[in-house]
Formats: sequence, C-alpha cells, structure tokens
Amino acid sequence: MTTATETPVGVEAVRVDDISKVFGSGRGAVTAIDGMSVHVDRGDFLAVVGASGCGKSTLLSLVAGLEEPTTGTVDVGDRKVAMMFQEAALFPWLTVGSNIEIPMRVNRVPKAERRRRVEELLELVRLQGMAKKRPHELSGGMRQRVALARALAQDADVLLMDEPFGALDAMTRDILHDELERIWRERNLTIIFVTHNVREAVRLGDRVVLLSSRPGRVIEEFTVEGERPRRIDSAGIAEQAAGITDRLREEVSRHA
Amino acid sequence: MPETTERENRHVQGLDALELQPARGKDDRNIAQVAGRIWSATWPKLAAIAIVLLSWQAVVWSGWRSEFVFPGPDKVLPTLFNEVTTPEFWTAVQVTMQRAFAGFALALVVGVLIGLAVSRFRPLRSAIGSLITGLQTMPSIVWFPFAMLLYGITESAIMFVIVLGAAPSIAGGLTSGIDYVNPSLLRAGQVMGLRGIQHYTLLIVPAALPMFVSGLKQGWAFAWRSLMAGELLVIINQQNSIGWALSQARQLNDAERLLSYIIIVLVIGIVIDVFFNWADRALRRRWGVSQD
Repeated sequence: MTTATETPVGVEAVRVDDISKVFGSGRGAVTAIDGMSVHVDRGDFLAVVGASGCGKSTLLSLVAGLEEPTTGTVDVGDRKVAMMFQEAALFPWLTVGSNIEIPMRVNRVPKAERRRRVEELLELVRLQGMAKKRPHELSGGMRQRVALARALAQDADVLLMDEPFGALDAMTRDILHDELERIWRERNLTIIFVTHNVREAVRLGDRVVLLSSRPGRVIEEFTVEGERPRRIDSAGIAEQAAGITDRLREEVSRHA
Repeated sequence: MPETTERENRHVQGLDALELQPARGKDDRNIAQVAGRIWSATWPKLAAIAIVLLSWQAVVWSGWRSEFVFPGPDKVLPTLFNEVTTPEFWTAVQVTMQRAFAGFALALVVGVLIGLAVSRFRPLRSAIGSLITGLQTMPSIVWFPFAMLLYGITESAIMFVIVLGAAPSIAGGLTSGIDYVNPSLLRAGQVMGLRGIQHYTLLIVPAALPMFVSGLKQGWAFAWRSLMAGELLVIINQQNSIGWALSQARQLNDAERLLSYIIIVLVIGIVIDVFFNWADRALRRRWGVSQD
C-alpha cells in the first residue's frame, strides 16, 4: 500500500507482455488469447471491450494471478490486485459489514480496526448505516457498491472489474459510473474495466482497448477525449463510441 | 464542488430509498387480525387430529375387531394420560432419548468425517460415493442380526445400527452441500485470498450449512427408525425404554398401552421434526432464500 502511494504517476502498474493462453491440449485445445500486450500506468483507467470469446475474462484472471499464461509475462510488481464480477458474490450468510471485513480477516487486521474501516468504506460507497443489513435486503446496485467496498478492503492498488454493472438497470448504472469515477480518483486506483458496452467503456476509460475474438488480440487502442466527469449521453461520448462500435462490428463480421 | 457532492449524495440515496421500499404496502395488524392468523394456522392441525380420532372411533364402532384388541380413543387417551403421569414412563422416554441422542451424535461424528473425506479426496469419492448412496437405501433393520452377533445384546448393537442408518445421510448432506457451493462465491473467495483453514471456516462450512441441515434431518429420521427397531429386537436386561414398553404391552395383550406408546413415538417424531424445520427455516431466512 505505502509503496504504491510513493510511486510517482506515470509508472506502469500492470504490464502484460505478449501473452497467450491455451486451454486444453491436442486437437481440443482452444486458444483464448494469442499475443496480447497491455500496459496500464498507475492511476490509469483502462476500459477493455470486445465481443464474445475475446478472452476479456481470461485476461483479468491472468492479471489477478488466478491463472498462469501459457507464454508471455504478466507483471503487477508487488501491487495488490482486487477483482469484481458481474454478480456481487457477497456471502449471503454474513451482514454487509461482515462481508466487507472478510479481506481484512484474511490480512489479520485487528477487530477494532476492521470495524472502523468498514464504517469508512461504507461511507465511501454511500451506504452508511447499512452494515447490519443482509445482502438479500439490498438492491442490485447497492450490492455492487458493497462488493466494491469489499474489494477496496483488500487494500488493493489495482482493481479489475469484469462487467460489474452488466446486470443493472440503466439509471443505476449511470449513477455507479459517477460513483466509480469518484472513488477511482479519491483512492488513486488503477482500474482495468472489462465490458461489452462500448459507451460504458468510453464513459469511464482514459483509454479503450478493443480486442478481437477467438483468439483474443488487441486490435486497436483508443484514447478517450473529453473532460471528466463525462456523461454517457453526451454527444462526444456517443461519437467516439460509434467509431469503436464500427471497428467492433467489422471484427465480429469476420467470424460470419 | 461541495454543492455537487451534496447533490450526488442525494441522488444516490434517493435511488437507494426507492429500491428499498417494499413494493406492496403492509396493513397495520390489530389484535383481532393476529388472533385470526393464529387461528387460521391452527385449525387445519386441529381438524387433522379430529379426523384421525373420528375415523379411528368409526372403525371401532364398525366392530371390525373386538374392543379388547382395538380400543377406541375414548379408552386409549385416558390410558395415555395415566401413563404420562407415572415415573416409569419418564424413565422409558429418558432411556430411549438418551440412546437416540448418543447414537445420533456418534452418527454425526462418523458422517462428518466420511463426508469431509469424500469431498476432499476425489478417488475416495468414486470409490465410496455410490456405496454411501447404496447404504442409504438399505432398511437398517437388516443389520440387527449381524449387530447382535458382533456386540451381543448390548447398547453397542443398537448404536452400531443407528450409525449405519444415519451416518450415510449426514455424510451425503455434507458432501452435496460442499459440492454445490455457488461457484461465484468460490471465485470471490479465491480473489480475496481465502486459503487453508479460513477457506473452510469463512466460506465452505457456512455455505454448505443449509444442505448439511437437510442431511441431518434425514439422518435423524433414519436414526429414530433404527432405534425403535433396535429397542424391539434388542432388549437389554429388561431395561425400561419405549421399545420395551411396546413389547411388554403386546405380551400382556394390553392394546390400550400399546396404542398410547405408538402415539408417544409419533409425538416425539413430530417434535424433533418441528425443531429441524425451525432450524432449516431460520437458516433460509438468514441466507435470504426463503419466500417469507
């Protein structure tokens, strides 16, 4: 944690070099990723878009260290990596507060300290006073905010997000975009955000990486123009998203 | 800037408040309505008892068997209440329940150990997984001759059969509980770095609990049946127990006592079942998977 805050901005936080990932072997083998390189600077917000089978989720698993690349290297230094999914995956038998405490229990944080930090994290995601609720009592958007608080409780510098707002209604999603942007800045996080929603990618990302499908490769990288905070319904976002969508359609048509 | 923060805050909280409000309003309940609810929950049970008693009485009235071998509720219920006030009755219940709980506890230990081993080691699963299912389908009474050969006419023979009857269900409940832990929870645990003992205490055990409780409930049913069979077959030194009281009553051709004890066995079964259902419902409510 301390090493990360001391690192000056502009230093690479995640470096994925020419990786490939093959699942299975022999004739049944599937190449999910082939020759992919992605670099993310500290404090950067990288959005990754692609159609089905582009290895988006595989990329995140590799960065999180849940899997090893077949070839190539993934380097996150000594940074801690947290991850969020489309489903909040909160433990239903625990209260919201206890859910957020889990990563701290793993890290052997003392109890009083855990309680204090749960309050602080809940305030950060604007769920103050919800510590005693159970996950099933919350709405989908609130559950995702709890999942975000839980991920932040890992003291991670790098946050990987796998379509985290994919299952939410549009209004909730827009609000969570604002919230995520705010927390990303306040906490100086490095984020890799995977989505199939091009507008969402342009709304959030400093850069958008477009991936090909089967196998996954980087087709093109776009730098998003426009001051933050952006609005998903602004003309600038729509225009940039349209350009990326065209490229994405070209790629999808290739598989017809 | 503080103004926009305040606005955003209100925006988020407004949306949360809308989401959290119940979709349907709830009526205020007064005493009459509470009483009505209690009544509507109770009367079907009372009606069920009435139907049983009436049909029982009807069979007696039809003269199918003499009242000597098949007495009606008017004879049996007073005998039952008489019986319940005697100290012998309570020793009998105590002995039986002690056996039941001891046997069930033993089955619990054996079942949990087997269940954990089977879910932990793959080869073991293929080897004895289906054996466990097979054992579950076996009527436990067929073990008694063998148990008596092994242990003689002793408590151990009864315990042996209770464990054989109940442990497979308990083991089965535990392994399926562990097998069906939601994969997204497993992934979340992995991402958070849950490892070793914490992986079990914080994730696997609580996640497997509802199915484990179902296994316990089923295991209890098998244990209770095995015990009743055991007490009828393995009578140790004329020791008082529910099974012994049953066979005593038969030998003395005391149909009234016989039927009283059958009712007692039924009532104990229902009481324990109510307990397991309560535990099951409490768990489900906590997990947020129940309807109410």
